[in-house]
Amino acid sequence: MAHLTAESRQRINDIAARYPEKRSALLPALYVAQEQDGIVTDEAIIDIAELLEATPAYVKGVASFYTMYYRYSVGKYILQVCGTLSCELCGSGQLVNHLEERLGIKEGETTPDGRFTFETVECLGACGGAPVMLLGDKYYEKLTIKQLDAIIDDLRFKPASDHPEPPQLVPFEDKPAGAKST
Amino acid sequence: MANEIVFSRNHIDNVKDLDVYVGNGGYSSLQKGLTMAPDELIELVKASGLRGRGGAGFPTGMKWSFVPKDTSKPHYLVCNADESEPGTFKDRQLMEVNPHQLLEGMILACHAIGAKTGFIYIRGEFVGPIQIVSRAIEQAYARGYLGKNIQGTGVDVDLAVHPGAGAYIWGEESALLNSLEGQRGLPRLKPPFPAVSGLYASPTIINNVETLANISHIVNNGADWFKQWGTERSAGTKVVSISGHVNRPGNYEVPLATPMMTLINEFAGGVRDGHKLKAVIPGGSSVPILPAEKCDINYDYESIQAAGSMLGSAGMIVMDETTCMVGVARNLVHFYRHESCGKCTPCREGTDWMFKILNELELTGGQMDDIDLLLDITDNMDGKCFCPLGDTSIMSVVSGIEHWRHEFEEHVRNGGCQQRAQNGH
Ligand SMILES: Cc1cc2nc3c(=O)[nH]c(=O)nc-3n(C[C@H](O)[C@H](O)[C@H](O)COP(=O)(O)O)c2cc1C
Ligand code: SF4
Ligand code: FES
Repeated sequence: MAHLTAESRQRINDIAARYPEKRSALLPALYVAQEQDGIVTDEAIIDIAELLEATPAYVKGVASFYTMYYRYSVGKYILQVCGTLSCELCGSGQLVNHLEERLGIKEGETTPDGRFTFETVECLGACGGAPVMLLGDKYYEKLTIKQLDAIIDDLRFKPASDHPEPPQLVPFEDKPAGAKST
Repeated sequence: MANEIVFSRNHIDNVKDLDVYVGNGGYSSLQKGLTMAPDELIELVKASGLRGRGGAGFPTGMKWSFVPKDTSKPHYLVCNADESEPGTFKDRQLMEVNPHQLLEGMILACHAIGAKTGFIYIRGEFVGPIQIVSRAIEQAYARGYLGKNIQGTGVDVDLAVHPGAGAYIWGEESALLNSLEGQRGLPRLKPPFPAVSGLYASPTIINNVETLANISHIVNNGADWFKQWGTERSAGTKVVSISGHVNRPGNYEVPLATPMMTLINEFAGGVRDGHKLKAVIPGGSSVPILPAEKCDINYDYESIQAAGSMLGSAGMIVMDETTCMVGVARNLVHFYRHESCGKCTPCREGTDWMFKILNELELTGGQMDDIDLLLDITDNMDGKCFCPLGDTSIMSVVSGIEHWRHEFEEHVRNGGCQQRAQNGH
């Protein structure tokens, strides 16, 4: 596993410069690390700690608190089906059953070919479109089993080169003057 | 359309673009608002009766007035766009469709509380809104609506987006501040309240997206105009998110005090496919469930409270007669158990034990005593948790047993949920 590249380090420094205190850049920095390697590696944690003047243990503690950072290898595509009330009322249970059958894995697991990880997650803030699934940065709303099959078929046979870019969660690039406090 | 404020420009094609927004009266409140004295602006918002739309319903102008005038520290404004209360999905639409309306409100709010810096804290799953709001900020800087000396008024405001990373507890304002400071998102002890000591221990105001989206309209049209809708204690309009067993789920902006059954039957198209109404959670998962008999009320803070629940975040979850209320409690307690930050014992342990018992009731039936045991646990949590997350995690259990105790008993007698056995999940 890799340390942060010079480019990632630069991005983190740029982000940190936008806050009155460096450490505020920790969450965005973890996203930068995750964009680089797909997960947040131990090496990246050490690098982030150094850049933001914290200890590795501190950075690790923060990274493990939140559900959107992955510390261990996950599939290329992470299928996140919402299981909270509005979605359950509208049939998310059937989607979950279907996914388990189709992928041959239980929730939280990854297919042996490393292509899919499937998770049930808590409310995605899109309850009007229940049942909802999040895949990368895309919300699938009022999702039917038929549509779900079509999504999996599409991704199952995609060549590796067609993989979409990871979601851009660090929206700080190309922005004029930042919110650095005066 | 006539009754819409924050959604009033939603029908305009591409209103998220700055030119389109400005062409339709956008940013017109700045000349007026930024040349008013900050105190005058606070008084105006106070007079409008606007209450916070994030859940607690605290009067916005009053909250702003708590910022001390005599500090040398910088002040901050934080927009709470964490939107994770189950049943609530309005802020996402407000940001995606009309991001400049939010920025305009934030600029005015910054002026009112003497802040030069504001952060928009958006939940990490909302990649679309994060990108759209970021793009709007860029455009606003390029055209002098943000930055130094905004539109020649001498007011400076900088805004930036901060992405969250997936935790409900961040919606709680002090936990949100911790996470904005790069810490684990644990709630802080209050007092001191954020208005006195918030972000970087400086005076900080935290407001919900919808609250801030209202501000430019109040500045443009005045307090009396805003009060033409709603009641004395529930002024203005409210975006209600309706989900669950209805034919047309979605966000509907209505005057406060609109009858709740009108919301369900007319706006949301009625209970799905001719089924019958059984229960409604009127204000997001943190408020008590109301049985159908109690739903003939107006949708405003005081009427919902009188009926035994709360308006909360206005996330209305509608359930028809096929719904198992033990399953509902189990589902919501699962949510709170997952989201409990683990800092205090009543919540960390209480949510876990409630879930274990509800899970037993649902899957194998448990024992008759379990029902009172559940109530005992909720009693040991109520008012004894460090932050409101724990206190509100009991709502579906307490109101569920109050109104549908027979269903809990049936689960014990039947050795689990009959419905679940039938549906196979
Ligand atoms: C556990 C918990 C979660 C919350 N989640 C949110 C949220 O997602 N969005 C929000 O605006 N307020 C949320 N709140 C309320 C905020 O703490 C705060 O009261 C609100 O953002 C203040 O804004 P307002 O006065 O404009 O409503 C939450 C509160 C608690 C206790
Ligand atoms: S009540 Fe729950 S969420 Fe709040 S501090 Fe205690 S453990 Fe954390
Ligand atoms: S309950 Fe599934 S998105 Fe809210």
